Amino acid sequence: MARFSHVTTLVAAALCAAGSAPAQQPAPPAQQGRAAGSYMNVSFDGLSDFGWSTEPDVAALQLGDHDPHVRGFSIPNAELALDGTVDPYFKGFSNIVYKLDAKGETGVELEEAYFLTTSLPGNLQLKGGQFFAEFGRQNAQHPHAWAFADEPLVLNRMFGPDGLRSQGVRLSWLAPTSWYTEAMVGVFNSAGGTAYSFRSDASSEIHGGVPVEREVRGPGDFLIVPRVATSFDLTGTQTLVLGISGAFGPNNSGLDANTQVYGADLYWKWKSLRAHQGFPFVSFQSEALTRRYTAEYRVSSPELQAVGQPYFLPNETLRDRGMYAQVLWGIKPLLVVGLRGEFASGNAGAFASASRATRSRVSPNVTWYPSEFSKVRLQYNYDDREGLGVDHSVWMQFEFLLGAHAAHKF
Amino acid sequence: MSLPTLASAALLALWGAGTPSARRLNVVATTPDLAALALAIGGDAVDVKALAKPTEDPHFVDAKPSHIVTLNRADVLIEGGAELEVGWLPPLLESARNAKLATGAPGRISASQGVTLLEVPSTLDRSRGDVHALGNPHFMIDPVNVKLIVAQIADHLGEVDPANADLFKANLKKFDATLDAKLADWQRQLAPYRGAKIVTYHNDFVYLAERFNLEVVETLEPKPGIAPSPAHLAKVIGKMKAEQARLILVQPFQNRKTAETVARQTDGVVLDIPQQPGAVPNTTTYFDLMDYIVRTLATAFAEKK
Repeated sequence: MARFSHVTTLVAAALCAAGSAPAQQPAPPAQQGRAAGSYMNVSFDGLSDFGWSTEPDVAALQLGDHDPHVRGFSIPNAELALDGTVDPYFKGFSNIVYKLDAKGETGVELEEAYFLTTSLPGNLQLKGGQFFAEFGRQNAQHPHAWAFADEPLVLNRMFGPDGLRSQGVRLSWLAPTSWYTEAMVGVFNSAGGTAYSFRSDASSEIHGGVPVEREVRGPGDFLIVPRVATSFDLTGTQTLVLGISGAFGPNNSGLDANTQVYGADLYWKWKSLRAHQGFPFVSFQSEALTRRYTAEYRVSSPELQAVGQPYFLPNETLRDRGMYAQVLWGIKPLLVVGLRGEFASGNAGAFASASRATRSRVSPNVTWYPSEFSKVRLQYNYDDREGLGVDHSVWMQFEFLLGAHAAHKF
Repeated sequence: MSLPTLASAALLALWGAGTPSARRLNVVATTPDLAALALAIGGDAVDVKALAKPTEDPHFVDAKPSHIVTLNRADVLIEGGAELEVGWLPPLLESARNAKLATGAPGRISASQGVTLLEVPSTLDRSRGDVHALGNPHFMIDPVNVKLIVAQIADHLGEVDPANADLFKANLKKFDATLDAKLADWQRQLAPYRGAKIVTYHNDFVYLAERFNLEVVETLEPKPGIAPSPAHLAKVIGKMKAEQARLILVQPFQNRKTAETVARQTDGVVLDIPQQPGAVPNTTTYFDLMDYIVRTLATAFAEKK
């Protein structure tokens, strides 16, 4: 009994004595209803970065909204998370994110706010509200759960700086198989910056044209995100999770243009039979994505015209692909080393977009958790952008968590 | 019979795989100790599965997808509660979408409910480490607590499967009788070492110490969940020498090397004391496990006296 206060110990001892004497006669249940202390879990997660890059315009290199984005200090993600049971039928979740931009201005976003059913028949489950689409592995994870300080290149390229999320519903079905298989389909609004490859105002980055105003004319104008995931315990210590995902919807390069994104993901983990605080472990995670973006005959953006580009851009199909693979080794309790390799590239289009150029990056890192509630990470990025050359960046990341104990998904 | 009716009948037959009354209850326990109790009470009327392995840290079980399937098919879930599984059970239950296991349902048993927990913090402050708000959750190694828990299990199983309620009651009676006899025996074995001093890795043996009148003088972790630092270990070594504490208890997943280093400098001995049945050979039941723990302790005290 190392450092508990004497008062606590005494009180506890007194309680125990009261509750257990005489020894063989158990006392009636004391302190009944000692379940969760409140109706809602509240937690706050603060993520800050410090570092330097050989590229002075760091934001052009670190494209994720929750990446470090300046030389020096960044606060890219401070997240207030609330969750709880609504009633016998629903649970509710919400994440409100505060972030400081490169000029120190505070931005607030309702990152997620959704309900989840708890008791639908037929192994079904419905989710509704604003939430991350369940595409692949990392898209639905919050930045503090990432194993690296920044968003993988390919996810940024396909889903933009904030990942793929929108307003909608998702239906999931857990198959009655003896091994885990879950099939789900999400239906979302296809507009906005977090539907980057779809009806996003930022889509000029992809196709170079002026985005058209597109109304929602029918079911075909929604964003549909299907996914199937399956998992096997290979041995008592090894687990494999495989998934395939798709994201299909309209894009606003033209009135009838659309986009298809396909993805495959794999996660393998070994954890010792005698794991202490979850260590030692080794994990491998990889996602590969490909995008087919039909761009219609369109007026090029004013910025392009200003630099002498043609006034019209032709009908064309823009194809992009990319992948990342990362290995983590949890050497001993609370110490993890990681290595990530990734690349992304696109075919030649009428508009040579920097956001579609070939790029590769290699990132070793080491993460130390002083406790479950804090984390210090050091990461180096070797970053090779086609036509721009190699950049080197070093990022130090610090995270703290207040409030409800975090629960970790696999 | 029309073709669709036939097809759905065939599907239903495949799906059900046996009539409900002949089916054993699917009982899932988060840890092997709770599973052993469920088996003792449920007997032939239940199939029992534990999510955590006997040798792993019960605070840090992976929320693997196979557990989602196990929980989806469960009729009853037994958890330790008091935040023991807080890091991994909630997301599993969300994905399992099994209304039978909802909080408050007969199919949900929280073992800590009704047990008087020790070390309930008066204020919540994580500068003292990962202290659990509801008290120390490692309460299963006090047999008196187990008596409360098995009664709860028998109640819930009887409610979920009334046809077998009498069987569960009979098994409970048998279990209680054995426990009373065993407890008297365990207390007799450890009686000569009343007040004996022990050191533990994590703060996870307080209930054992309380029941059998032992004194935990230090833990190798300076605070719950915080790794041992050289400075803290130096303090532990000093205290062990001063108080003549010689036994260091470690669970299978804890860092035995650290304990051995301390033992070398204190003329101490490291004892492998698991809290889960199955972590060492021939410990299938709760009684096997406690027999092993008490025997190992008594032998070590006798040798180190």
